Amino acid sequence: MVKLDINGKSREVDVDPETPLLWVLREWVGLTGTKYGCGVAQCGACTVLIDGVATRSCALPAGSVGAAKITTIEGLSPDGLSHPVQVAWLQHEVPQCGYCQSGQILATVSLLKEKPKPTDDEIAEAMTNICRCGTYQRIKAAIHTAAALSVPPSGKA
Amino acid sequence: MSQTHALSRRSFFTATAAIGGGLALGWSLPGGASTAAAQGAKGAEVGIWVVIQPDDTTIVRIARSEMGQGTLTGLAQLVADELDADWRFVRAEYVAPEVNLANKRAWGDMSTGGSRGIRASVDYVRKGGAAARAMLIEAASKQWGVPASECTAAISVITHKPTGRTLRYGQVAAEAAKLTVPTDVTVKTPAQWTLIGRGVKRLDTVEKLSGKQVFAIDVQLPDMLNASIMQCPVWGGKLKSFDADKIKSMPGVRHVLAVGDNAVAVVADKWYQANTALLALPVVWDEGKNGNVDSAQIAAFLKEGLDAKDAVLGQKQGDVVAGLAGAAKKVEAVYGTPFLNHATLEPMNCTAHFADGKVEIWVASQNGDASLAAAAEAAGVPLSAVKVNKLHLGGGFGRRGQQDYTRQAVLLAKQIPGRPIKLIWSREEDMHHGFNRPISQAKMTAGLDANGNVTALHARISGQSILAYLAPARMTNGVDPVAFQGWTPEEFGYMGIPNLLIDHAMRNTHVPVGFWRGVNHNQNAIYMECFIDELALAAGKDPLDFRRTLLANSPKHLAVLNAAAERAGWGTPLPAGVYRGLCQNCGFGSYTAAVAEVSVSKKGELRILRIVAATDPGYAVNPDQIAAQVEGSFVYGLSALLTSEITVEKGRAVQGNFDTYQVMRLAEMPKVETVLVPSGGFWGGVGEPTIAVAAPAVLNAIFAATGKRIRTLPLSHHDLSHA
Ligand code: FES
Ligand code: FES
Repeated sequence: MVKLDINGKSREVDVDPETPLLWVLREWVGLTGTKYGCGVAQCGACTVLIDGVATRSCALPAGSVGAAKITTIEGLSPDGLSHPVQVAWLQHEVPQCGYCQSGQILATVSLLKEKPKPTDDEIAEAMTNICRCGTYQRIKAAIHTAAALSVPPSGKA
Repeated sequence: MSQTHALSRRSFFTATAAIGGGLALGWSLPGGASTAAAQGAKGAEVGIWVVIQPDDTTIVRIARSEMGQGTLTGLAQLVADELDADWRFVRAEYVAPEVNLANKRAWGDMSTGGSRGIRASVDYVRKGGAAARAMLIEAASKQWGVPASECTAAISVITHKPTGRTLRYGQVAAEAAKLTVPTDVTVKTPAQWTLIGRGVKRLDTVEKLSGKQVFAIDVQLPDMLNASIMQCPVWGGKLKSFDADKIKSMPGVRHVLAVGDNAVAVVADKWYQANTALLALPVVWDEGKNGNVDSAQIAAFLKEGLDAKDAVLGQKQGDVVAGLAGAAKKVEAVYGTPFLNHATLEPMNCTAHFADGKVEIWVASQNGDASLAAAAEAAGVPLSAVKVNKLHLGGGFGRRGQQDYTRQAVLLAKQIPGRPIKLIWSREEDMHHGFNRPISQAKMTAGLDANGNVTALHARISGQSILAYLAPARMTNGVDPVAFQGWTPEEFGYMGIPNLLIDHAMRNTHVPVGFWRGVNHNQNAIYMECFIDELALAAGKDPLDFRRTLLANSPKHLAVLNAAAERAGWGTPLPAGVYRGLCQNCGFGSYTAAVAEVSVSKKGELRILRIVAATDPGYAVNPDQIAAQVEGSFVYGLSALLTSEITVEKGRAVQGNFDTYQVMRLAEMPKVETVLVPSGGFWGGVGEPTIAVAAPAVLNAIFAATGKRIRTLPLSHHDLSHA
């Protein structure tokens, strides 16, 4: 049994604590917005926030999360649209196939929490998630827009 | 088109009932069906392409697949423009493959590849929109009791001109749906377009921001089991035996099953359990005769083909032997490119349910018709016993035109009747069992006269044939025309070279090959456009001027090259340490050219700083989405240039995941400027043609920066340090 705080809700999941968080989210909890791309912490499709920090959930045993707060793409904003990063993503029409975008968006949220006005170099360093459709140019532009839209630090995740 | 309009209303409503029955087994997708992927929306069907609801919501039916390339939105634009619909009301839905089949393919070809999604559909989908518009006008005119000729339609409103009365589409759609679909409609002229050519927002973005988009891998059904599969790692090998007892007691495991003659799968409650158990399963393979093949042997095999006698002809003019013999200067160079995996970010997967002699599948496919046929064949049931739920693809790039994963899911489901089985390939499986971009080498030989004019050119490709592997029936007299992409008389810009010979020594390996986004244009453009730069150097000419001369009788190629060169400021001073390269190509019905600006440090660190990419696709349906395709094409093409390759050891792929199969990430992304120069009069593709110009432009710039001519990929094998 593993106890998790997912998107503000406490869940008890009957699962081997060694099971990677990715699969617990997708298969036991039913939150499929977090994607499987590689399973070896290479691609970032499985990125979630753990206490606000972007983390690759495919390589993270669910039992190791403890009381930390997990935010998945489903929990980023109540309507799935209104978080500044989502607003910026829509404005720049970032997604192509969209498969990597949950991870890209959450990686951006984490980056902006640490660096509210990132430079291009800081973006390049922080954003290592793979997008095979090649939306990087728009991701960059949207991050700058999101930074401009974001309310200063008192705001939410 | 006539076949569209020939559809009887009766058969249409039967068909619609079938979709309306929708998830016939009474299931629905998690989170509610997404707007774009739903099949069978309610409302008045005005012709076969358009459904209009009382509140004016206008649903356009889409037969092709959306894999990120924006085709769904582009096709909806084409229909909505002819319909004169208010774009704010427009949604899209897929036509179910079984409905298409039951109606003699009234919605046309579902296959989505070769950048044909839009360009091969333009005629009939626009006529579908125009027919619906005529029906709406007729319905309104009847209601008013006035001649239809006195009415006009715009932004989803019909106006009776003499009186100024108006009716919304939603108000007359139900009546319009009862009318006969006109067959004599004419489509607008380009000057009349209101939506075509506009960068309207994509219809499928919102769900992709919230995690609500249901990809095939996300499908969840009651009683569903999950499967992970392993195929013989040596291509062509077979499954000999496996010891199921060793893993039977592992958590969640339900079945351990052979799939076809080359694979074994574990079926468990959860996929993670299935895959964990699969990795622990003792399996014995019959590797067949290829268990010792490696990349060095393949390279030697191809090298032999560079001078072999058994080459087949692509095209020839003049006498290349005489041309070379009489040349003042002869230039020769050998190039090569490796196998590549598509690496769609969503791995191959399919969910299948077999019960009572019927099959239902949930699949991400580039060809709904082919998925249906594959499922029927695997299940051993008639085509009419299959239902296909198409979901948006988490990347396609040509990989999902093949249906191997669909077949496997159905083979599994047939062994476990009554329960839906979701088969997901691990990334490793996906990388080991791709349909790779074919490996090839090319020997380029040319002669220059005393003035530096090209008098003869021989391009010899030695390498694997896609059609020989996938579709031998499409070859004629042993020739795979796909091998010559970019070098056909229609596409090749340098037809002014008097003595020309293009041929192919087919060297097929046991490695499966397929259509990899951009296909053979990518490699051929590297060979040709880098070699043209080598010739320019030998002639002592500027690469742009040299091409201008060669393209003198190819005005479209020349115009797009000039557009790129002008925007990039070719010939103008650059900051210290920055160098340019350029190239051009024609493929998938479009003309492309690129200029790259790079710097290479003395130690050899490459930075790609700026790309200017020009495209002439004839007509541009959605400029913003074309820009997105151009930007993405550089990521795909430059990944192949910089780091990606599949190599072979012991008959199998060495690379199994993104740690060894490296692809481009954001840090390497250059600034891409898209220059759109649609010259009108034709419809070219946009999803693939730009990839071909990505690598050669950069390679030519690297030469300018370092004096090093790189002729084999990926670049990661080369030392770019220079004095
Ligand atoms: S799935 Fe976790 S990083 Fe790729
Ligand atoms: S949008 Fe397709 S992988 Fe990123």
